[in-house]
Amino acid sequence: MLYRTSGQFKTSYQADQALFPVRQDAFLLGIILILAWVVFPLTASEFTFQAILIPVLIFSLASLGLNILTGFAGQLSLGTGAFMGVGAYACYKMVTLMPWMNPIVAILLSGVFSAGVGVLFGIPSLRIKGFYLAIATLAAQFFLVWLFEKWAWLYNYNASGAIQVPNLDIFGLYVAGPLASSTTQYYVVLVVVTLLTLLCINLTRGNLGRTWKATRDMDIAAELIGINLLKSKLLAFAVSSYVVGVAGALYVFLWKGAAEPNVFDIPLSFQVLFIAIIGGLGSILGNYLGAILIVGLPVVLNLLPALLGIPIDSAMVEHLNIMIVGGLIVFFLIVEPHGLAQLWRLIREKLIIWPFPH
Amino acid sequence: MLADIFINPFVDMFAAPDFLLQVLWEGLVSGILYALIALGFVLIFRSSRIFNFAQGIMVVFAALTLVGLHAYGIPAWIAVALTLGVMFVLAVTIERVVLRPLVGQPDIILFMATIGITLFLIGFGETIFGGENKVMISEELGIPTGDTVLEPWGGLLILQHLDITVVVVATLLVGALLAFLNYTRMGRAIRALGDDHQAALSVGISLQTIWVLVWFIAGIIALVTGIAWGARAGVSFALEVIAYKALPVLMLGGLESITGAIVGGLMIGILEKLFEIYWGQPLLGGNTETWFAFVLALIVLLFRPQGLFGERIIERV
Repeated sequence: MLYRTSGQFKTSYQADQALFPVRQDAFLLGIILILAWVVFPLTASEFTFQAILIPVLIFSLASLGLNILTGFAGQLSLGTGAFMGVGAYACYKMVTLMPWMNPIVAILLSGVFSAGVGVLFGIPSLRIKGFYLAIATLAAQFFLVWLFEKWAWLYNYNASGAIQVPNLDIFGLYVAGPLASSTTQYYVVLVVVTLLTLLCINLTRGNLGRTWKATRDMDIAAELIGINLLKSKLLAFAVSSYVVGVAGALYVFLWKGAAEPNVFDIPLSFQVLFIAIIGGLGSILGNYLGAILIVGLPVVLNLLPALLGIPIDSAMVEHLNIMIVGGLIVFFLIVEPHGLAQLWRLIREKLIIWPFPH
Repeated sequence: MLADIFINPFVDMFAAPDFLLQVLWEGLVSGILYALIALGFVLIFRSSRIFNFAQGIMVVFAALTLVGLHAYGIPAWIAVALTLGVMFVLAVTIERVVLRPLVGQPDIILFMATIGITLFLIGFGETIFGGENKVMISEELGIPTGDTVLEPWGGLLILQHLDITVVVVATLLVGALLAFLNYTRMGRAIRALGDDHQAALSVGISLQTIWVLVWFIAGIIALVTGIAWGARAGVSFALEVIAYKALPVLMLGGLESITGAIVGGLMIGILEKLFEIYWGQPLLGGNTETWFAFVLALIVLLFRPQGLFGERIIERV
């Protein structure tokens, strides 16, 4: 009833290719945007901001970046964490070398550095494919994290070896560092994530996106119909690493506040990969659904014992968490290998024809 | 600078040949363990095309189970037998619960499933046996301690008895495995499945049985590796770094090749040690072992995209 597409006629190709060909989709997105922009910031507590809202957005962005590379261009990467690190360290160097710089500009620029590094490590993808490439990206993962540790210039020769976010302001309003309020940070993250999502949606449904999809489906065939594989693959690495790098800068500057090199180690890469896969490879919406699940689940699991009044010590909860997340990953893969986005697609189809089965 | 890279390390090597031998020996010992882990991996990959990320964690899980069971007061050798039982149950469970429903899914989904298994095993092991660092029960298992000191060219070469045992046992295990694969019915079935799935199925080889079998063999290998590595470095989930080391070994040797796993393992074990001692520590600030193997494999792959011994990749449109 609510989801009728009948009567919504398209009379031009443009109308058919619009971002929201179906009115209900636009309406739904509007509700979500109102929730994200108005309702959540007004009602959320400090804990909700720090434990759920901000990390969900940041992880969705990182997963979006990975999804462009893996889901759209078909190049499996296990080095996401390290590329996030490149973004974070680049941003740190920029704001400490040039303190007058607008922090949002610095965050957006830091992606450029990770894009450069991403292209460098993407060059082997022209010869190496599949799992061999996945392991090759691990070279980036381990090498870069090692570099973050050993290259003291990167963390300004701190004794601790960690990067500490200074207080940064835009026209007197603190957006990062200990003095910034969670609401401000949330809005900054939201602005960046919204902008980049819009960019990615349009990139993936345009000419470039089709080139990527052709490369993903079969790169030799793509080459035969005249797609420049060098350009297609390296651009995928560049765009993906850019988004991932910005996510990394946000991760440290607007959420964690400080970071040691081992934060960007392989568990972070896997966490982002889980989000992308559970959400659905080759989908934009999936990244958000996946991030809500993967970020939200441990928070809920941590709160559950206290709510139910079961006394378990925190180390045990931690271990159980890992176990349950692992189990759920397998479970979701078995139930719906194409991810939560596919689940939504099925629900939507059912809604459109409801109450009839076909 | 150039001299530091191209000349001095070799001068150092010739100046102290006994130290070079020591480095080579240590590299060989870790190399043979890498080779073992890679071998379990290759078996699974050949028979089911599953990129089994959980292989490394199975090593830790096996060692943890063994130590944990012993801590409950079970005698060492019975604990070993029980751990083997646990690994068998694990193999059956994985085949039933995870692999069977996922047959025919894209490679990446199966790969993700094995990462899910990895997380599950970490959580499960820590929940039951606790997350703190443990000591391997080397004495109870009769693993010799102590060392032999040799003096080649008037220098000093220390061979830990533990390391010698590791090399001997690992070599025996590899030999036994190769014999099993080449001369027994089951072994031939595994290889047949690796060559051609459908042909193997059509002559009556049971996919499910073979899968359980290869996961169980991988479990046995994991237990041996776990005991060896645990005796050297203690048992904790920090051991999973060695799991990642098996990956460049596979890349270097080729995902399908048993010879490749062995040769690649030894090569990486020895070369990363040499690089760390003669180039890494003086020039790069050390700890290069975390990435050297990957970069080496990456460079080799640029010239041979299927690894040194992998099946030639033929692409058709």
